[in-house]
Amino acid sequence: MGQDSDAPTSRGEIGHCGVAIDSLADMETLFEGIPLGDITTSMTINSPAAILLCMYIAVAEKQGVPASGLGGTLQNDILKEFIAQKEFIFPPAPSMRLVVDSIEYCAKEVPKWNTISISGYHIREAGSTAAQELAFTLADGMAYVDACIERGMRIDDFAPRLSFFFDAHIDFFEEIAKFRAARRIWARWMRERYGAQDERSWKLRFHTQTAGVSLTAQQPELNIARTAIEALAAVMGGTQSLHTNAMDEVFALPTDKAARLALRTQQLLAYETGVANTVDPLGGSYFVEALTNEIERQAEDYFKRIEELGGVIPAIEAAFFQKEIADSAFRYQQELEQKRRLVVGVNEFKVDEEEPIEILRIDPKLESEQVARVQAVRKKRDQNRCSAALTQLRKAAAGTDNLMPYILEAVRAYATEGEIMNTMVEVFGTYTERAVI
Amino acid sequence: MPAPTAVRPVRIVLAKVGLDGHDRGVKVVARALRDAGYEVIYTGLRQTPEMVVDAALQEDAQVIGLSIHSGAHMTLFPAVVQELKRRKATDIVVFGGGIIPDDDIAALKQKGVAELFTPGTPLQGIVDWLRKRFPDGAR
Repeated sequence: MGQDSDAPTSRGEIGHCGVAIDSLADMETLFEGIPLGDITTSMTINSPAAILLCMYIAVAEKQGVPASGLGGTLQNDILKEFIAQKEFIFPPAPSMRLVVDSIEYCAKEVPKWNTISISGYHIREAGSTAAQELAFTLADGMAYVDACIERGMRIDDFAPRLSFFFDAHIDFFEEIAKFRAARRIWARWMRERYGAQDERSWKLRFHTQTAGVSLTAQQPELNIARTAIEALAAVMGGTQSLHTNAMDEVFALPTDKAARLALRTQQLLAYETGVANTVDPLGGSYFVEALTNEIERQAEDYFKRIEELGGVIPAIEAAFFQKEIADSAFRYQQELEQKRRLVVGVNEFKVDEEEPIEILRIDPKLESEQVARVQAVRKKRDQNRCSAALTQLRKAAAGTDNLMPYILEAVRAYATEGEIMNTMVEVFGTYTERAVI
Repeated sequence: MPAPTAVRPVRIVLAKVGLDGHDRGVKVVARALRDAGYEVIYTGLRQTPEMVVDAALQEDAQVIGLSIHSGAHMTLFPAVVQELKRRKATDIVVFGGGIIPDDDIAALKQKGVAELFTPGTPLQGIVDWLRKRFPDGAR
């Protein structure tokens, strides 16, 4: 969220939503003893994504690993923040500039990096249907492509490193059809609309996470079964990577045991069942093909509506996506209330007495320790170098330079994430959404 | 003859506190409460306890409903209750919803949160609770 751990707004949040990284010092601690040239890292970060990538590059420098040797993925998908997850900071235009800056920078300096993970997951979890998830995500993808082309980049120079991220919900065949439709649409649009020549530009590579929203607090062991079925849909739909949720994530961050069970579920699919041995195993099934065609048609309808609204950003500002998603979420809840949709253990097949389940508690000490850590960094660093770097960044933000080298220098000087974000806020301002119910 | 006194509908300020952007639940609840005849004011995201209490006082609300999914409920829910105490507005009822473990529910009730609704709660359950709490509308 681009705020330091000692900001008043961070109260109560430290350690509950991922690891707290305030400055390069935290990133150094995180990767101590881990050779960055030998691994890949995925970072679920959006508004401050450019800063986190620079921190990673700076740790690699210290390890003697060149940026060109780094592999990994940055979520870096700001459009779905405006649409669904709502962790935006700057207004849309400067937010898009930062995304394009990072894509442009990586195309030259960090060529093995997946610069963005264009995400439907959060859109779906916020309440969209499968077709909406597909349509809004691919529309976002095309908006990034348009922005990069407008910057003057050639499609085949950046498109191969775009990646995607979808939800795997519980309706098995619909999910498989969604993944198949995503690949078809992307390949067609890349070739026909954008004239991509490189086959790698046509390929939609995607990560999948099972649906957090499908987990139930009631009879939570059932979540293991739900997750396994959702993961199977992802594999049969052709996902490149997979995250299986732990059964207790409906209560809190997972315990070690629950997280291990979730991992073992993947390993079971990978090593026991043989389902990953075949590409597109349901291709040719009349039902799955028909569903794929239908969901593709629905997505194309949405693309037309979004274009009529003037594109993705005007549609965000008109609250189009937000309204569509809220409508779907409400409809879904009504179906549950009226039992037109059954969720085992929630509105049917209930037990009288739920057994208590062990959950993970975050030690509140973690917050005070992290606050002390960031304050120590501010005291210890070369203040002149840090201030100079932030001044340069402020100037560059007001101009048109690619901001990545300026952010990298601020990171090297141990400027904190909050300080770097606030420097850019001074130039870019912040965004407040018009809340629609 | 004096005109019969109209029952004023209960006004509810619904708020997302903290940095959490998960607004699916709060929006669904907002619509359901509105459909049930309540006057609902949704503050939007990233509200501080001070902002929430400001909104409730300005809107002359009887109820504040807080939503949080980030795990920061033990800090932020009691902070809203404290702020109401500071502003001498403890007649405003605070309830909350989100991903809240059972142990925390007891602790939060002790700290002055009237009720907590967790995943799987039917919307009607929230409406029923409000009806019981305000059988005669706002007074």
